Amino acid sequence: MSNLDPGLRDEIIGAIPNLRAFAISLSGSVDKADDLVQETLLRAFANISSFHPGTNLSAWLFTILRNLFRSEYRKRRREVPDPDGAFAATLTTSPDQNSHLDFEDFRTALEKLPPDQREALVLVGASGFSYEEAAEICKCAVGTIKSRVNRARNRLGELLALDSAEDLAPEKPMSVSLSAPERF
Amino acid sequence: MSGRDKMTTEDENEGRATGGDAMAAIPPRAPSSVLDGDIQAKIGQHLRAMYDDVVRQGVPNRFLDLLAQLDQPPAAGSKKPGGGAGT
Repeated sequence: MSNLDPGLRDEIIGAIPNLRAFAISLSGSVDKADDLVQETLLRAFANISSFHPGTNLSAWLFTILRNLFRSEYRKRRREVPDPDGAFAATLTTSPDQNSHLDFEDFRTALEKLPPDQREALVLVGASGFSYEEAAEICKCAVGTIKSRVNRARNRLGELLALDSAEDLAPEKPMSVSLSAPERF
Repeated sequence: MSGRDKMTTEDENEGRATGGDAMAAIPPRAPSSVLDGDIQAKIGQHLRAMYDDVVRQGVPNRFLDLLAQLDQPPAAGSKKPGGGAGT
């Protein structure tokens, strides 16, 4: 593994922002996420010969990162995720009050999902991978990814609907429509 | 309230290569209510907003430094001159 092809290096650099976002969603902590990304880059460089040029570099890097996270996660089970939420800590923009509240609710709900479902949802819904690519990254069947994504969405929907119903406060007149018709 | 719970069993097949056919077993989302659609749209938006917010931060310097370091030919340029024999 001598010098890296500059094109490949640029591609790796280009993938870093996405790797970080994925890592934060997995680990629940920015610091942890950046360590994961660093370890991923080290692994990638050490094993660059096993990458086949022309194939999906991004998926390859995501796979390394996920495997690293998994093996570590197994080791130390649950290491107290950032109580304030990792994504909140990274917020660079400050959305207006209302959507900020929404955002909080969403973040909390996302953290309640089982890791399998969360990673599938993020890969497909945010990272922009196809179901097939996500299945490859997670080493499972395409159908499994689909069902995880569906369950993640349904579960989030339930959690958020609950939230909206709870604070169906005067603040958010628009959410009045959320009082489900079946109730009445 | 729909039969969505069926999907739980499907996950049990994990790894058993069912190929793309497994998706046929997933019932289409019931168009039960507008509410459902609204929330689903919101979920998608929030998810991407959260993710993109991190992506927009670009590449932190620590990684650029790391890559520059990794990309150096191992010891090819050799160390500083004069590091040789002691006094």
